[in-house]
Order: sequence, then C-alpha cells, then structure tokens
Amino acid sequence: MRSNQTKIIFLAVLAIICMLLYGFYDIKGGFDYAFPRRVIKIAAMVVTGIAISYSTVVFQTITHNRILTPSVMGMDSMYEVVQTLIYFFAGSMSIWVVNRYLNFGAAIIAMVLFALILYRFLFRTNKYPIYLLLLIGMILGTLLGSFVTFLQVLIDPVEYLSLQTRLFASFTNVKAELLYIAMGILLIAFIYGFQIMSKLDVMSLGRENAINLGINYDRMVMNILILSSVLIATSTALVGPITFLGLIVANLSYQYLATHKHSTLILGASLISVIALVGGQFLAEHIFELRTTISVIINFVGGIYFIYLLLKESRSAG
Amino acid sequence: MIEIKELTKRFGKKNVVDKVSLEIQPRAITSIIGPNGAGKSTLLSMVSRLLDADTGEVLLDQRTVKKWKSEEFAKRVSILKQSNYTNVRITVRDLISFGRYPYSKGRLTEEDKKHVEQAIDYMNLHDLQDQFIDELSGGQRQRAFIAMVIAQDTDYVLLDEPLNNLDMKHSVQIMKILRKLVDELGKTVVIVLHDINFASVYSDRIIALKNGKLVKNGPTKEIINSESLREIYDMHIPVQEQNGCRICVYFNSHA
Repeated sequence: MRSNQTKIIFLAVLAIICMLLYGFYDIKGGFDYAFPRRVIKIAAMVVTGIAISYSTVVFQTITHNRILTPSVMGMDSMYEVVQTLIYFFAGSMSIWVVNRYLNFGAAIIAMVLFALILYRFLFRTNKYPIYLLLLIGMILGTLLGSFVTFLQVLIDPVEYLSLQTRLFASFTNVKAELLYIAMGILLIAFIYGFQIMSKLDVMSLGRENAINLGINYDRMVMNILILSSVLIATSTALVGPITFLGLIVANLSYQYLATHKHSTLILGASLISVIALVGGQFLAEHIFELRTTISVIINFVGGIYFIYLLLKESRSAG
Repeated sequence: MIEIKELTKRFGKKNVVDKVSLEIQPRAITSIIGPNGAGKSTLLSMVSRLLDADTGEVLLDQRTVKKWKSEEFAKRVSILKQSNYTNVRITVRDLISFGRYPYSKGRLTEEDKKHVEQAIDYMNLHDLQDQFIDELSGGQRQRAFIAMVIAQDTDYVLLDEPLNNLDMKHSVQIMKILRKLVDELGKTVVIVLHDINFASVYSDRIIALKNGKLVKNGPTKEIINSESLREIYDMHIPVQEQNGCRICVYFNSHA
C-alpha cells in the first residue's frame, strides 16, 4: 500500500526531527559532556518505545482486544511490588539495590513469572468477556497497589524517598550498562519476532481461522505471551512504569495505518512511541523545565485517551 | 479418506458427541443434520482438530489427525465455523489471500494469485474485493470467508452452518458453488445444515445426529422420508416430490 508507506516515512521523519531536536537543542556546558549523555537517553527512549509497542501490539492481537495491555493488566503494579519488597526486606544499601544487574534481573524475572501465571488463568480459554478481564486487571492492580502502600508506610522515610525515585519512569538516570543488556534482549526478541510476523497476521483472524490455516495456535499464544512479557518487563525494569504508553501508541497505529499487517502496525507504533517519548521528554525538560516528568504527561494524555476508547468500544458493543 | 472412530466429547457430565463412528465418502456433499444440541458442530470441530476429542480418533488417510503436522493438515482439510466476527482492518482480497497461507506463508506466488483469482470468480466477489470486511453485511462477509476456504484448495472442505445470515438467493448460490466444487473439482464437502430442504436437494449423503449419537447415515434418498425424519426430529414431517426434489413440508405439522 503506497499511502501507508508515505505515512510510515512521515512518522519516521517526525521521529528523527524529535531526536535531533532533543539531541542538539540548547546544549549548555561542554558539548562533549552533555551530548553523549543525551544520546544515551535517546537510546533508552528508543529501546523502551520499541519494546512497549511491540509487546502491546502482539498482546492485543492474541487477546483479540484493543483496550487491554500488559501494563494495564498489572505488570506495572508488579514492578512496584518487587521494588518495594526489596526495599522492605533488604534495604536500600543491600546488594539487591546497589547491584544494578541483580535488581534489573530480579525485576524482570518476577514480572515475567507474574504475567505467565496470570495469563494461564485468564487467556487459556476465550470465554471471559473483555470487561471482566479488564476488571480483574484493575482489581489486581489496586490490590497490589494497596499492598505496596501498606509496606511503604512501614518503611523508614529515608528509604522510602530512595524507593520513590524507582517507581516513576525516568530516563535521566538510565545506566548505560543496563541499556546494553536491554538492547541485547530486544535483539533476541526481534530475531524471533521477525519470523512470526506473518503468523501474527493470520492469528488476528481468530483462533479457529488460524488453526484452519495451519497455525499451531495454542502454542503460539503461549510463546507470544512470553515474548510480550519479557519485552514489557525489560522496558519497565529499565526506566520504570509508563502505564498508558502502549495503549496510546498501539491504538493510534491501528487508527492511522488501517491495515492488518503486523510488520506495518508494529513499525508504526514504534515510531509513534519514539515521537511521544523523545518529544515528550523534550517538552518536560525545556518547556516545563523539569517541573513535571514525562510519565506524568503521558499518563495524563493516555488516561484521557483510554476513557475515550472505553466509551467508543461500549457504544459499538451496545 | 476421513474415518471417524468411536469419537466422544464430554462437556461436564453430558456426552455431547457419543461414540460416533463413520466414514466420509469422498467426492460428495455430506450434510450433517439434527436437532439443536445434537453435537453437529462439536463433531465437525473434532474432525477439523479445532477441538480435542475425549476418546476415539479421527483418521485422515489412515493417519490419526493428532499425528498430522498442522500445516500439512491445512493443505488437505479446511474448516469454516459459524461466527466470523472480526475487527481486523482487512480487505476482502487480502482475506481470501490468507487461504494460501498454508502453501506460501504470506508470500504469494503466481500460483497462489491464480487460486485467489479463481476463488473471487467462484464466489462472485469482484465488486467487493477492495472493501474492508468490517464494512460488509453479514452475508457478504460469509461469502468472503467461504472464498478464503476455496482459495485454500483442500480436498476436504468442512463448513459449519454456512447459510446462517444468508438470504435465499445467496444460500442457493452457495449450495450451487459447493455442488460445483464436488462435481467439477472433485472436492469432498461436509456441511452442517439446519434447513433440511437444502440438505435434501443438494447433498449426496446425510448424517443425522441426535443427543450426540449417530442415528442415520446414508444416501440422501434413504433418509429424506417421513419415517426417518420422525426418528431424528420427533415430529411428523410430510415429504413431497417437486420437480424431482424431495421437499419436507414441516411448517404446520403436528408432533
């Protein structure tokens, strides 16, 4: 499709403009000092953006919905639980916090396990209506959230301050070493993900049609859920939770590109993510002068968009 | 050749399909009929590996379906279920092209394009081919999905109530196309039907299920008579001959 090609090029140009703007705008102090740090931040945003887009789009394809995302289903709350438990039981000076790799690994493993147990329950059959799933996700999020708050009030206030910085998405203190690991994971996921692009297209036709066309459906669903959780866990462990980003970019991509091809949809969503993150970070740093964080901006816009989608969905269902 | 041996499926305590054994005759239209809840769709789902059987097995060319690789099976047997809602933005032509997926994994060859073109011809979808399926009426969408199955070009075509949502004109059109698939291309069609008159007029053989059990299995003319129909449906159904077709006139029958 020619028009979709044009649209993708348009998004790519926009993304590049955002990156250049963020990279070069108003560099104070030494260029040699500031520029490499900005490049790392941009790289972190690109990695996060792609990981979130990819995992959200494939998740929505296999669950046949456009409202649930791994983040909404409780992945973000689980991240908070892991971090709070670590601070609660081990403390901010423990190896689990000080050793970045250990913390990163523990967070990823805990989130992936949580996701797999949850999905095994929820998506084994297609019999639960989407609103029930959404409700379960929300309640689970609230439950975990309350649990976290309970632990947080018991923690030493100084420890709590240190914990709090972990619980907001931030690109400012991304460690380069972790970024390389995240890139590695992303690369592996992509090598697998590339082979299954056309299978995803078929799976979007539903279980029965996909099996008819020779897809090993139930096994593919499990594989893709694992892939999706690993990616979302990696991005969350790297920068913290950005709950609504996946939802926004996936839906904007469906709306804008109007195609069933996952290669196009995922590419589109990834570019929109990069624009939202890098552009948003630019706004947060230079317009709002760091008085607000990017996750606040994105969750504000995303929350409104989420309500809009819910209303639209319920209207078309009714 | 498809053989079904002692096939059983339980939902809870109820045997929805109960020890059904039969053979599907090749190069013929076989209709599966029976009252609601007789297990027709469940039987078809098990034959097409959409559903696992609790006991018993289905053999395709003497090999149990579980041993077939799914993608090889997809080149021999196709299945279309009743509900084909979809919220995917996909055009009719792209949907039909999916029928070639078992062969080309998404990259259409010249051969594949020929099959897609043929399926569009068969289902007469030229005018609709560039429309998105979520913009079509129920009947048009049904035709698009059937075209996908035709493009899949399998020896066996299994259809679960394909006439649902269709008006008389399109129902007749589809049954005639199925007839052509059998008579011209030598396919084997198995179809779940609610309207016994379509079964009577267009099928070669009829399988009747009731409460999960096989009650009748034979050539159409041996089954479309008041006696057999009473056994299947528990009601008196007069059968009249009209231009060589046997028509069941059940509209004001007394049980």
